[in-house]
Amino acid sequence: MKLKLDKKYVPIAATLAVAALLYLGVGVKYPNFLSLRVFVNFFRDNAFLGVIAIGMTLVIISGGIDLSVGSMIAFVGILCAQLITNLGVNPLLAFAIALLCGSLIGFLMGCLIQIYKAPPFIVTLAGMFFCRGLANVISLESIPIDNPLFIKILKFGIYLPGSIKVPTTVLAFLAVFVVFLYLMHYTKFGRNVYAIGGSSQSALLMGLRIGRTRILIYTLSGFLSSLAGIVYILNTPAGNSLAGVGIELDAIACVVIGGTLLTGGVGFLAGTFIGLLIQAIIKTFLTFSNLSTWWTKIAIGVLIMVFILLQRFFSQASSLMRTQAVVEFKNPRPDAAGRASTGAS
Amino acid sequence: MKLRPLAARQVLGSLVWPILALAIILIFNAFFTPVMFKLEIKDSHLFGSLIDILNRAAPVMLMAIGMTLVIATGGIDISVGSMSAVSGSFTTVLLVVYGVPLAWAIVIGLVVVTMLGLWNGFMVSSIGVQPIVTTLIMWVLARGIATLFANGETILFENPRYEFIANGFLFGIPFPITIVAAVFAITQLLTRRTALGLFVESVGCNPVASRYSGVNVRAIKQTVYVFTAFLAGIAGLINTANIKVADVTRSGDGLELDAILAVVIGGTSMDGGKFSLTGTIIGAIVMQTLTTTILTNGVPVQVTRVIKALVVVFIILIQSETFHSQVRSLFRRRAHEA
Repeated sequence: MKLKLDKKYVPIAATLAVAALLYLGVGVKYPNFLSLRVFVNFFRDNAFLGVIAIGMTLVIISGGIDLSVGSMIAFVGILCAQLITNLGVNPLLAFAIALLCGSLIGFLMGCLIQIYKAPPFIVTLAGMFFCRGLANVISLESIPIDNPLFIKILKFGIYLPGSIKVPTTVLAFLAVFVVFLYLMHYTKFGRNVYAIGGSSQSALLMGLRIGRTRILIYTLSGFLSSLAGIVYILNTPAGNSLAGVGIELDAIACVVIGGTLLTGGVGFLAGTFIGLLIQAIIKTFLTFSNLSTWWTKIAIGVLIMVFILLQRFFSQASSLMRTQAVVEFKNPRPDAAGRASTGAS
Repeated sequence: MKLRPLAARQVLGSLVWPILALAIILIFNAFFTPVMFKLEIKDSHLFGSLIDILNRAAPVMLMAIGMTLVIATGGIDISVGSMSAVSGSFTTVLLVVYGVPLAWAIVIGLVVVTMLGLWNGFMVSSIGVQPIVTTLIMWVLARGIATLFANGETILFENPRYEFIANGFLFGIPFPITIVAAVFAITQLLTRRTALGLFVESVGCNPVASRYSGVNVRAIKQTVYVFTAFLAGIAGLINTANIKVADVTRSGDGLELDAILAVVIGGTSMDGGKFSLTGTIIGAIVMQTLTTTILTNGVPVQVTRVIKALVVVFIILIQSETFHSQVRSLFRRRAHEA
């Protein structure tokens, strides 16, 4: 009997193996680590990261990038806190306003990218500063939230055996994950996302509505990062304008570690899920061993580099079989591909 | 895409926009804050708001000079702000905690930053990772390295020779301005009086064609990232020496956007392939004048980020061909109706 794996699942299988090794490796050192409680905490601590990583997966598969996600968390968090605590707005209404604002900013960024052909990283870099600036304008100080309904939402949860609580934030993340898994693999929209990332030109010639899809991708990413902002304040119960600094790198790390190619067109949401798990394991391990949080950042930076190098190695090995012409067709001049932020070739 | 030869008229033409922007801000100030134009010589040193603007723009100018070349090759470097924190952190910690002589502390600080640039360049040129991802990683890594080396503390120091880098005067002119002038002169000479500038532009225009015509694309890309890191290191020393504190978490934070803005306002295209160092310098002055104007008119500091982000959007629109044709058709329709 021969176990044969489809080639497109190789990176995701490798990631899964790394996750399992890390999990068991840390488990040998700290036996408590393998408990169900710690496993649930992986998701409780990283639910907001998971939510933005889902949006980032879409954006990266379509060949773009979104750097505004971290600032969006801060902006939405402080906006909700301001509305609920200082203006006495119903939390649910505040959430709706926040989601609307986030989607609108995402939509505008998508328009700039699609209609005015601006490079995604520049547009979203501007979005990053815009949101961070707005957050600072609303309040420089952290605003705590103690609205009864908000606390009720926060305290809600499903209990697993052993009285382990799965809180609202984790449920929200899992729900979003399932919805997007369906969107990406079973709808026309999902196939369009892959088509744009594979080759925007061919997708256009095939008659796909790439403009509409690309704007929708950035709108969804804006929506998801504002949802992540809400998840974030449900975790801390306070809005803070300094929240989420550098989170965009963590989200990109989840996506890349999960086997999605930065050049677009290739990748899985399930991979991002495992990428999130790997990061959660590393973070929890560093907390267990009392190391500075900056080590987490450095570890994730190094990890992302290792995975990119591995991807290069794999894709170069497979591209050797194709002709040079195909390679050059897929890596056109930077000014033509600038839109897809593939400056390097 | 048409190939445009760089005629003198066009080079000058590309400077029209940044000069116009600067003029508008200065005219605004002439009406609302005329104090800004006062220049005086105290103890044979030049003082005044305008000199102050130049002085404050110095770190961004240095980063922007490097950034111009990086963007011209079709890349981007968003790690400059964090890398500037590294040189400040290393030099200050070596000086204060380990008692290393100042000159050596500065040399080591700059060497460390240059190594980071070497890594950026290697990832982009030899491995082929997108510049935005490579430098995003460095953006976080560099800040992490700076923080860990300083043990997460802000370190105060008293050292007249170190402070000279930011507050000293050479020939009556503030020292940072002298540094910028020297760096600008050298870079301009190297890129415009030798073939290097042409190579940089050709790499940005079409790396494959450049490689086939014998340009060492890898070496050019590698060099611009190293050069940018080195300049970011000097900028970090100026920033640190200026406030006499190595504040690892805040030093250089957000300067990458200022540097990119300076480059883009200066007429260098984000697509790569052509650049103007003179434009970049004017762009950096525009940015600093804008910031100073905002602050002197009593607008809170927090708002500056929002305004800068809107400026970026405005520039994106101005550079976009689609926007040009939309505006043109709008005017044409008006003409038809009239």
